[in-house]
Amino acid sequence: MAKKITIEPVTRVEGHGKVTIHLDDEGNVVQSRLHIVEFRGFERFVQGRPYWEAPVLVQRLCGICPVSHHLAAAKALDVIVGAGTGDGLTPTGEKMRRLMHYGQIFQSHALHFFHLVSPDLLFGIDADPAIRNIIGVALKFKDLAVQGVMMRKFGQEIIEVTAGKKIHGTGAIPGGINKNLSIEERDIFLKGPDPMNIDKMISWSQDAVNFFKDYHKKHRELIDTFAAFPSSHLSLVRKDGAMDLYDGVIRAVDAEGKKILHDIDPQDYLKYIAEEVKNWSYMKFPYLIEYGKKDGWYRVGPLARLNTADFIPSPLAQKEFEQFKAYTNGKPNNMSMHMHWARLIETLHAAEMMKELLNDPDLQKDDLVTKGTKVKEGVGLLEAPRGTLFHHYRINDNDQITMANLIVSTTNNNEPMNVAVRCVADSMIAGQKEIIEGMMNAVEVAIRAYDPCLSCATHALGKMPLEVSLFDSNNNLIDKKRS
Amino acid sequence: MKILLYGYGNPGRQDDGLGNEFVNRMQEWINKEGIKNFEFESNYQLNIEDAHVISDKELVIFIDASDEDIQDFCISKVTESSKMSFTTHSASPGFIVDLCKKLFNKSPLTLLLHIKGYEWNLKEELTEKAEENLNKAMNYFKQKFKNPKLLIQPDTELKTC
Repeated sequence: MAKKITIEPVTRVEGHGKVTIHLDDEGNVVQSRLHIVEFRGFERFVQGRPYWEAPVLVQRLCGICPVSHHLAAAKALDVIVGAGTGDGLTPTGEKMRRLMHYGQIFQSHALHFFHLVSPDLLFGIDADPAIRNIIGVALKFKDLAVQGVMMRKFGQEIIEVTAGKKIHGTGAIPGGINKNLSIEERDIFLKGPDPMNIDKMISWSQDAVNFFKDYHKKHRELIDTFAAFPSSHLSLVRKDGAMDLYDGVIRAVDAEGKKILHDIDPQDYLKYIAEEVKNWSYMKFPYLIEYGKKDGWYRVGPLARLNTADFIPSPLAQKEFEQFKAYTNGKPNNMSMHMHWARLIETLHAAEMMKELLNDPDLQKDDLVTKGTKVKEGVGLLEAPRGTLFHHYRINDNDQITMANLIVSTTNNNEPMNVAVRCVADSMIAGQKEIIEGMMNAVEVAIRAYDPCLSCATHALGKMPLEVSLFDSNNNLIDKKRS
Repeated sequence: MKILLYGYGNPGRQDDGLGNEFVNRMQEWINKEGIKNFEFESNYQLNIEDAHVISDKELVIFIDASDEDIQDFCISKVTESSKMSFTTHSASPGFIVDLCKKLFNKSPLTLLLHIKGYEWNLKEELTEKAEENLNKAMNYFKQKFKNPKLLIQPDTELKTC
């Protein structure tokens, strides 16, 4: 009998989504989809507001990564106020923002790996869900769980001193920043008591990379084959090809490593990238115009960033990057589960960058804002924890926002997540007579690798319980499970 | 005696910001009164690092907006709960207390102050009725905070839910 399987909502991701898998009478997968059932309205909400409010307003998009939206909006407004892009800001303005951003990357990656992913790795994809969670990790791998909590806390505290406060931070303003970092604030992070200091964070980040590499050695087949598929990859890189999570040019490579987007200026993104709307999801499907809707999709995020960058400009992460690249003989890495490896290398890079910035005397200077001649339009891009984030605004003569276009990281990964679901459905669910919980979680593991923030990609409204439903070929409900 | 007041919610969603506003106003009042040993936190939601934040406190009071069927405000004691949300957007106070015990072997007395809210739209302003409830809760706790040690006595009477 043909079946329709629904997983709703997908767990241990940021936000709400559901998966449907349609099987034919022989049990083959005929269709799989990740549906995004939340609705996002922020592009409309900000219209009519004064442009300088945008960096604070857009933080309401998400309680998990408000800093990324805060900074991307501020970068777009840098262009509008005539401060330019990249090195147009004062050294203090740019470096304070970078410190805030690396704090965000660090805390977000730590949360994702230790809280959301480690239960799958430590207990197994098909382990009892009652223990396959952070409480299970806390009970059996307490040191690891404590590390995760403290790394997340460290990153959050970096954000607080750079953004001014935890909620609705106001640190980044059009053209710069509204505060510097005092010596006292700096020393909390440089000289804090164990473990709350930057050296410990670097050490723990190295431990996390080693933990994953060790796990990889023992579970090579799972990590190398699970939801692996060829794709293009897109991210910002520095003009010299270095990884740069805060600023740069847009580069994309295909599955073989050939450059298909040649380091373009973010202000020109609309010439190269468009979004497709599909009637079964509120999340759009971005693609490279030159390659069309069918073939122009790409991955973003840690894996993409390690595939597009030529090197990482911090020594410990660079050493790990070299091992990572060597594993695929310098070719792009197309293995979804290697996203975790890439994410942990970035965690180490973020820790190293925070140390470099904390030791930079520019952070104590007072030249905070750049002024210039105002223009009517600006684009701000950065590499958010989950991938490339686009903010684009136009204003009128009254300084009101007339147009906002946001392409968030998770939206960029929309098609890849759908492909990942299909991979798992084909390999683990097709032909099975019974759908067990482990198989359902396998689908979620594939999605979780992308660390999707569905609230960002749409906008969280409403509540939804965890529900798994089975339908026959006539759409009759034959089974339902609720958490 | 270390006491933590921790309000959480989204001030950009009208009455959802009741917890944050309670902490803002109470911090101002406590500082003005010169009352010692209080610490203050405010965030969009609780998250795993809060297990460490509460670990060195004797009394923790979480403050959240409530859409439950209550009059104006009420207080409940938070007990450990390993029940997880499907998203890290919303960790419950019980989950944080449970994680604190498992990771740091600490179990501070933890209360949850529920303040009744009514509207949750995208607007940065409390409704009039929510404002009234906030003031009632503020007045109630101002009396309690004059001698906060009484709050950790087992026989202390609270306006329970």
